[in-house]
Amino acid sequence: MEADTLLYRGGSFLYGPAEADTVFTPEDFTEEHRMIAQTAKRFLEQDVRPQNEVLENQDFGKVKELLQKAGDLGLLGHSVPEAYGGLGLDKISKGLVGEMLGSGGGYSVAHSNHTCIATLPITYFGTEEQKGKYLPKLASGEFLGAYCLTEPNAGSDALAAQTTARLNETGTHYILNGTKMFITNAEFADTFITYAKVDGKAFTAFIVEKDFPGLSLGPEEQKMGIKSSSTRPVIFEDCEVPAENLLGEVGKGHVIALNVLNLGRFNLGSACMGASKYGLGLTLGYVKERRQFGRTIADFGATQEKIASMAMRIYAAESLQYRTAGYLEEALGGLYDAEDQGLIAKRMMEYAAECAVCKVYGSETLDAVADEALQLHGGYGYIKEYGVEQMYRDSRINRIFEGTNEINRLLIPMNLLKAAMKGQVPLPDLVEQAATEMNAPQVEEIGPVSREAEAVKAVRRVFLMSVGLAYETYGDKLGEEQAVLIKLADMAIALYAAESAVLRTEKAVAENGEEREKLKRHLTQALIDELLLSVEMDARQLIQSAVDNPQLGSATAAVTAELSRLQRGGTADTKRKIALAQLEAGRYVS
Amino acid sequence: MNIYVLIKRTFDTEEKIAVSNGKIQEDGAEFIINPYDEYAIEEAIQVRDEHGGEVTVVTMGEEEAEKQLRTALAMGADKAVLINTEDDLEELDQFTVASVLAEYLKDKEADLILAGNVAIDGGSGQVGPRVAERLGINCVTTITDLKIDGSDVTIVRDMEGDSETIKTSLPLLVTAQQGLNEPRYPSLPGIMKAKKKPLEELELDDLDIEEDDVEAKVETVEVYLPPKKEAGRILEGDLSDQVSELASLLRNEAKVI
Ligand SMILES: Cc1cc2nc3c(=O)[nH]c(=O)nc-3n(C[C@H](O)[C@H](O)[C@H](O)COP(=O)(O)OP(=O)(O)OC[C@H]3O[C@@H](n4cnc5c(N)ncnc54)[C@H](O)[C@@H]3O)c2cc1C
Repeated sequence: MEADTLLYRGGSFLYGPAEADTVFTPEDFTEEHRMIAQTAKRFLEQDVRPQNEVLENQDFGKVKELLQKAGDLGLLGHSVPEAYGGLGLDKISKGLVGEMLGSGGGYSVAHSNHTCIATLPITYFGTEEQKGKYLPKLASGEFLGAYCLTEPNAGSDALAAQTTARLNETGTHYILNGTKMFITNAEFADTFITYAKVDGKAFTAFIVEKDFPGLSLGPEEQKMGIKSSSTRPVIFEDCEVPAENLLGEVGKGHVIALNVLNLGRFNLGSACMGASKYGLGLTLGYVKERRQFGRTIADFGATQEKIASMAMRIYAAESLQYRTAGYLEEALGGLYDAEDQGLIAKRMMEYAAECAVCKVYGSETLDAVADEALQLHGGYGYIKEYGVEQMYRDSRINRIFEGTNEINRLLIPMNLLKAAMKGQVPLPDLVEQAATEMNAPQVEEIGPVSREAEAVKAVRRVFLMSVGLAYETYGDKLGEEQAVLIKLADMAIALYAAESAVLRTEKAVAENGEEREKLKRHLTQALIDELLLSVEMDARQLIQSAVDNPQLGSATAAVTAELSRLQRGGTADTKRKIALAQLEAGRYVS
Repeated sequence: MNIYVLIKRTFDTEEKIAVSNGKIQEDGAEFIINPYDEYAIEEAIQVRDEHGGEVTVVTMGEEEAEKQLRTALAMGADKAVLINTEDDLEELDQFTVASVLAEYLKDKEADLILAGNVAIDGGSGQVGPRVAERLGINCVTTITDLKIDGSDVTIVRDMEGDSETIKTSLPLLVTAQQGLNEPRYPSLPGIMKAKKKPLEELELDDLDIEEDDVEAKVETVEVYLPPKKEAGRILEGDLSDQVSELASLLRNEAKVI
């Protein structure tokens, strides 16, 4: 299978439509998926949550114990091939485990750090000997893993690492020197995937074991949240790493570092979405009980509005997460035993833009949910025992690690521009086509979400038109105009979220009928109502900064005309219906 | 040891239940293994692991119950049997279920049969004892501890708060009470293995049962939800006034005295 034979090209949501029957949705889960999700959920609820107080006091022995129990249950081995003691499950299952454990705060971070970035480099880039030696232990929890990329002077600019590696004279060991910052699981990790520059130049990955001479840990950081995950500097002083522990090739460390981050970002999105559902659930329980002015606060319109907004974002997050999971599975499902590292790298990079959207949309959904959850708890939200205070603190880191949301945002339009430069995407033609299609006569309303589907197309046209305008102004210097790129990214994220929700709803309605999927339709309608407005705002802001008179007026008018023709009345009423459905169920429902 | 566990697919009573047209709405409801049956499955697995043998889980009902059987297999049971009555029987009551299960079990030479104490939906607690009666074997209900030594069995059973120790012998049917054990949940490898374990599907024909012989004896007259819990009321004023007001409310409003 060549990358070109994939049904869906990475990033193509930016310039072309997808069909509902080609996307994976939560309605497509198999019985096995559900059972796996159930096990992860029970583990979290029965084993992790009751220990929260101990965990919050940074009893890392407890974290280790729980990770080992997770190993016994197979929850660490879902993405390790069967041949190496894992289960070799699909990316849907990976997403489900991430989602179900997502509300576990620091434990969840420790867990996914281990299964994703600390294990996947070996899974996909290790030699047979390395896989045989490490994977069975990482899958069972006998070994716990850490990932050392960040340095004091190399954060977002990870490739600027100053840690060095030098082959000793006898050629038996690489000697590592340098300091890594903020290393999750450092406290109890047995393996450290470490990046260092061979001879100060060639960025390279190594598998370092905790007992290799010359490795030591700095002090535990005092963090704002996710307290039950350990975060410490890792220091290498003439650390002796056997030559056979070089991972991949000398000078190819960036291939591993960047590729693995894609799956990490996808997983982070899943975890944030799961945590958001939990936050909404906590909030629903509280607002139904708390009475003020002789009524439950759930009765108030302002509360319902917040509840609906949370549910809409979660619906979109869920839709785009599992859509992406489907793509990742198609690209990587058959590659557990593949030897061709070039192909693996290509496949892991394919969906970089989609994974970046997962990361940004998921983490910002969680932050929004945590914020409103706390607000709806009033003063009690600020008090520890209600649980939202912790959620609020734990949530914040997700916008920072695995690539800050700015770095992830920038990547989305930059990938498109690079593909265009290489002639892989005929961007000028697409921009031109979008411009001619704008203001096309509106299609008749036929399907239950045909207005919404049309809105997705309009958003795509506005995005492409904006890319065109920005390029006209800045030309090849566009890559340096970050304020403009960020606006493009915001539109792109809205586009992927909107399209994923619409496709999912279309698919569900086709399967179950409109009556049974009324709530999905409402969620989609209200989501589109709001995204149309936010995309218009983004586009107009972009035009204001990138376009001069006299074109400014006509460009603005074109955007407004294209988007406002799809406006719909009754958002407030739709949102009330969404809120009532959530309140009645007492948990997130769609 | 030849061990059988009788399990039931029930809806999750922690979920909201809606009634319409005299029937519980199953649309969108979550279905689970009856929680008491989970204790039974767990105990069966532990007994097997200690004494050897095989655990077979049996359920009766519709096709959908296959999911709960798969879960039991994923927990560690060896085989599963679904007696599918979807096409044959409209109503099931305790008599029907017990008759069919007993008919299935009669030639299986079971050493130990476990069931839940009650099902959280119907709540009758009858099926287990009725099966034992029909098979003519010993039966102990609401057990919280089970020890087997050869064919001698020592059981602690819950007596509404107190406990009673009983000595009995195999073959035996017991029903599981909360506290018997801490049921495991399936591991991911367990879930994968469960796909390959045998799950047999039978119909009444396969058991040579005539529908008429097992026809339900219970008739459902009406299905309704319990009344909504109203906010409580706090009486005020002189104690003696409060007492007489309470008495009058109990008589006239609540009509309980
Ligand atoms: C709790 C915790 C756990 C962590 N775990 C790990 C781990 O296990 N392994 C690991 O390797 N790392 C880990 N990290 C590090 C984390 O990935 C980095 O903190 C993150 O990548 C950002 O780097 P930085 O902190 O140096 O911030 P900086 O890179 O200094 O960024 C500061 C700000 O500048 C912005 N910025 C930077 N560059 C650009 C640019 N080119 N354009 C526009 N804006 C820019 C950023 O978006 C950010 O807002 C962890 C961090 C924390 C706090």
